[in-house]
This record gives sequence, structure tokens and C-alpha cells, in this order.
Amino acid sequence: MARLSGLQREVLSLYRQCFREIRNKPADSRNNFKQYARAEFQKHRSVNKKDFGAVEYLLRKGHRQLEMYASPGIRNIR
Amino acid sequence: MASLRSTSRLFAASRPFFRPATFARSYATVEAGEPANASEPPAKMKSFKIYRWNPDTPSEKPTMQTYDLDLNKTGPMMLDALIRIKNEQDPTLTFRRSCREGICGSCAMNIDGVNTLACLCRIPTDTNTESRIYPLPHTYVVKDLVPDLTLFYKQYKSIKPYLQRDTPSPDGLEYRQSPEDRKKLDGLYECILCACCSTSCPSYWWNSEEYLGPAILLQSYRWLADSRDERTAERKAALDNSMSVYRCHTILNCTRTCPKGLNPGRAIAETKKMLASM
Repeated sequence: MARLSGLQREVLSLYRQCFREIRNKPADSRNNFKQYARAEFQKHRSVNKKDFGAVEYLLRKGHRQLEMYASPGIRNIR
Repeated sequence: MASLRSTSRLFAASRPFFRPATFARSYATVEAGEPANASEPPAKMKSFKIYRWNPDTPSEKPTMQTYDLDLNKTGPMMLDALIRIKNEQDPTLTFRRSCREGICGSCAMNIDGVNTLACLCRIPTDTNTESRIYPLPHTYVVKDLVPDLTLFYKQYKSIKPYLQRDTPSPDGLEYRQSPEDRKKLDGLYECILCACCSTSCPSYWWNSEEYLGPAILLQSYRWLADSRDERTAERKAALDNSMSVYRCHTILNCTRTCPKGLNPGRAIAETKKMLASM
């Protein structure tokens, strides 16, 4: 695999963080969370890896969303 | 620019006295007078250049969009112009607003190079030049003129902006304060946390993660100066490091820009004095 840029590694790390966080969710809703997380990343697949502004914005947005959905009060997602 | 600032503040301060008591405004658009006069004043067209950026298409670069308004049909303040543009020309224009009288601090933005509240900023009557409106500088933009103030509020939370006491009041009813002690809070309690000062501070631009910024330091001093608060030593200890306070280099952009006419620079200086005499 080609060497990844710092920004790309940050995106991957966010993706991993999301999936780690999903493990804290109730077992019967984990699939929904997984689907949602995947879809959120898929939505922006077309963003150019050199479009730093856009990638950084999406990273910030991703972290915000992760922080929100990680709260234990959120048990399921559709 | 300095002259423009002072005049606009002067107007803003004197506005309530000139406003007749019967004046009830519900729309940003000034309604046409009852008799349909044939001699209508000539249109005063002014253009507004407004920063636009849509988070739904993050790959597109931010743009400046120009809107033209007739000043005769618009209210006197920048916020009136923005609301009118949103109502009549472009409903996708996004900005925060609430009280329209400079008490909520929602409509803080960068107008013609100065951080101010759109509701307290008069539209410059010079129709030859355009007005440029940007979101607060050095903030992450949520959309158009809406900045992301998450960090700002987090920092505000970190200074514990509430009364901390261990001893109950002598009469068990309220915490009393002498008029002199109350006077110390004048010029501090009026701050509405609009973030105009913090985002105008070069020190805060470069060290926003660690330096608290003028607005938060003003609030912090408001609790240090409060005679009823009993955790002064603890509060001082929390500030006593190289980043929290001492990144203030008395640039005083905060005091110049404050739309409420407060002086965060003085509050920071007082904080430093308190820390030095610890």
C-alpha cells in the first residue's frame, strides 16, 4: 500500500475511532451504527485527497458527530 | 476606519433616545408611506458583498456574493439589510440573529473589517463603496456567516463562571454586597460573550487552544473581582501559567472592537496585577 499522507491517516484513524466507539453500543443496534458510519464516509469518497480544506472540514465535522453519537444516551440510529 | 467605528457607536448609543415610543417594527423592510407620493426620493442603491460557503459542497471554495439594496427601503442597521436580503433576494443566506438590539450577541460578524454586532452597526450611507461582510475571523465556519464557537464556549466553561462559596450567607437568604463592591463589577457584567474581541486578538488567533482570549479573561476577572466568591485563590492558581493570561500582549484590539464599549484589556491588566501580588 502506498504511503499515506498525514491527512489520510487522520481520516483512517477517525474511521477506526468510530468503529471502536460502536462496540460500546447495545449489541442489537451495532449494525445500524456501522451502516451509518460507513455511509457517512462513503458520501464523501469523491473528495479529492489534495483538497485539504474540504478534507479538514469533513474531519472536524466527523469528530463532532462522533462526540455526539458516542454519548451513552444514544442507543440506536436509523 | 477608526472614525467610522466611533460614529457608529455614537449612533448606537443614542439611538434609543431618538426612537419615538410608538415606533413598532416588525419587519426589516420599511413600509412605504400611506399617501402614494409621486415624488419618491431617488433610490439609494448600495451593494453588499457577503461571504458565502456551503458545507454541503465542501469541495467548492468560499465565494463573495454581491447583493444590491435600496437603502431608502431598508432599516438603518446592517442586520436589517441582512434580513431583507434573506427575505427578498436569497433565502439560502445563513447568519445567526436573535434580539436585534445588541443584547444576545448572536449576530457578531466582521463588517467592513471590524468585528461587531450587525444589529448595532449602521449601514454606511456612502453608496459608492460596497460593504463587505465576513464571518468572525479565524473561526471555523459552519455555514456562510455562522462561526463555530465550540472552543470559545468550552473555554468559558473551563473558568467556572458561577459563584463558588463554602460558607452559607449569615441570614440564610442572600449573599449581600456593599455598593462599592458591586461597583467593581460594572464594565464586566455587561459582556454578552459575542466573541468579537477574542476573534480580533492576534494572540488568540495563533494560540486559541491554550490562551483563553479577552472575552473569557474578562469573565474570569468578573469572578475574581466578585466580593461574594470565595474561591479566588483557586481561580488565580488556575490562571497562573504562561499561556492562560500571559499571552495577552496588550494589543488592545479587544477594547477597540467591543460592540458594547467594554474594556477587556483593562480587566486582563487587573488580573495580571492580582496574579503578581499573590
